[in-house]
Amino acid sequence: MRPPHPISAPSQPVAPASTPNGVTLALSPRPFISVEHLHKQYGQGAPILSDVSLAIAAGDFISLIGPSGCGKSTLLKLVAGLIPVSQGTINVDGMTPGNARELMSFIFQDATLLPWRNVIGNVELGLELEASLDASRRAEKANDLIRLVGLTHVARHYPRQLSGGMKMRVSIARALATRPRLLLMDEPFGALDEMTRDRLNEEILRLRSEQGWTALFVTHSVAEAVFLSTRVVVMQANPGRIRREIPIPFPFPRTEALRSDPAFLSLVGDVSHALRELNGALPGKESHP
Amino acid sequence: MKRFFADAVWPMAVLVLVLMLWHGATVVFKIPAYVLPDPLRVIEAGMDRHESLAKALRISAVAAVGGFLLSVVAGVATALLLAQSPLIRRCLVPYTILLQTVPIVAIAPLILMWFGSGLRSVILVVVIICLFPIIANTTQGLTSVDRNLLDLFRMSNASRLQVLFKLRLPHALPAFFTGLRISSGLSVIGAFSGEWFASSKSVGEGGLGYSIIYASSQLQTDYLFALVLACAALGTCFFLTVVACEWIFLHHWHESALKAEED
Repeated sequence: MRPPHPISAPSQPVAPASTPNGVTLALSPRPFISVEHLHKQYGQGAPILSDVSLAIAAGDFISLIGPSGCGKSTLLKLVAGLIPVSQGTINVDGMTPGNARELMSFIFQDATLLPWRNVIGNVELGLELEASLDASRRAEKANDLIRLVGLTHVARHYPRQLSGGMKMRVSIARALATRPRLLLMDEPFGALDEMTRDRLNEEILRLRSEQGWTALFVTHSVAEAVFLSTRVVVMQANPGRIRREIPIPFPFPRTEALRSDPAFLSLVGDVSHALRELNGALPGKESHP
Repeated sequence: MKRFFADAVWPMAVLVLVLMLWHGATVVFKIPAYVLPDPLRVIEAGMDRHESLAKALRISAVAAVGGFLLSVVAGVATALLLAQSPLIRRCLVPYTILLQTVPIVAIAPLILMWFGSGLRSVILVVVIICLFPIIANTTQGLTSVDRNLLDLFRMSNASRLQVLFKLRLPHALPAFFTGLRISSGLSVIGAFSGEWFASSKSVGEGGLGYSIIYASSQLQTDYLFALVLACAALGTCFFLTVVACEWIFLHHWHESALKAEED
């Protein structure tokens, strides 16, 4: 097992402090990610995002939640530098998103695996494209990650032979293989059944406690957002904007037991309520037990 | 393999039945041999003239395979060019469609005038006929890559060449093989029609197409049937070769190959 990935402050490192989110990090005068007065629109069309500002500290796990059309996926792609900003700024560790790509990995809603590569081959992809490692080092790293997500027994299988949950694990392993400091996830568990989703939620928290990355997570599920996050960001549509930021105080490590904790359930209720209030209609999809 | 034999039994039974009916019809209705020869006579004619039959078959096979391979090279090169940008596609795709729409007999006189008769012209006809399915399918394969996969490669700062070799080309393989399958059948048709008008006229240099015209003009209907059968055999062999290649490249990951395995 390798040591946890250090999250270094970009400048003037102060003594490391242990935080309630379970990740040791250095206090920094500037947030790890800062989004300021961000606007996004395509051509002369209606704005997708309007005056969005968000500060994310290293080690945070931030969930973006809101109705479809609120621009949460767009915000994620803007931070990833996959689409250009219309107005405002995004800063990732002192860099523009385009220059900060080496720090980031992206996990999509579908696993987006290469069907012609087996599990190892897929996990190696990021290493192959980014780093100049020799093949044996690469395979070693890939195998480490495959073990970490519990897929050693299917390492030689092809994606078509895997279940949806397994594919998503491969996708997570691939994203983590390049040792990102920021993980961007666009509804990664949206297509999975609830049991698999819950299990992967717990697993992603375990991986985070081992590796210490920061996360920006888009989801439709309030329960998932509350379970995973240090902070839930509630968005509203037309135009997309941030309406509430709700801190989630539960300490890490969070386990299965938290799901039936009355405090957890009541906070899920509060967030659902906030979402409903802000967005008028009943958010059908979000009603998790 | 067991599966293959099981699959082969029923079509074979149909073949035997048809041959028996054919044989029976020629005997019962006393059909003259120059109209419909008895299947036994067809086999006999093929055996008697197996040397010239084999030679014609070889000449046609060379034209078909040669033209096919050339059109694979040219087709993939064109597809790679077309895949570079939507602008290039908009400019050039209408002209690739011309390949498909202008009947070969319309261009044949030009080919004959420019290149004379002989293997070169026949191969050119094959290329013209085979090219379009390869270009169209390969281009479609190269350009239909999932957006998220492209974004994934962008997130890794992948170079254009990395995207081509690690994403677009492997993704295009199934579509490319679909093109090859269509063209493998077309190549024999191309060789045949090329020989129809552009085959070398010196004795024994014409392929199956030329031999068939000759046989029909001589009312050697039994030999004509043997030639048709040889033509069908050539096309089938070629098609099966391509299918086998496809299986070798795709069976471990692609759904189409998987289905064939499980059916």
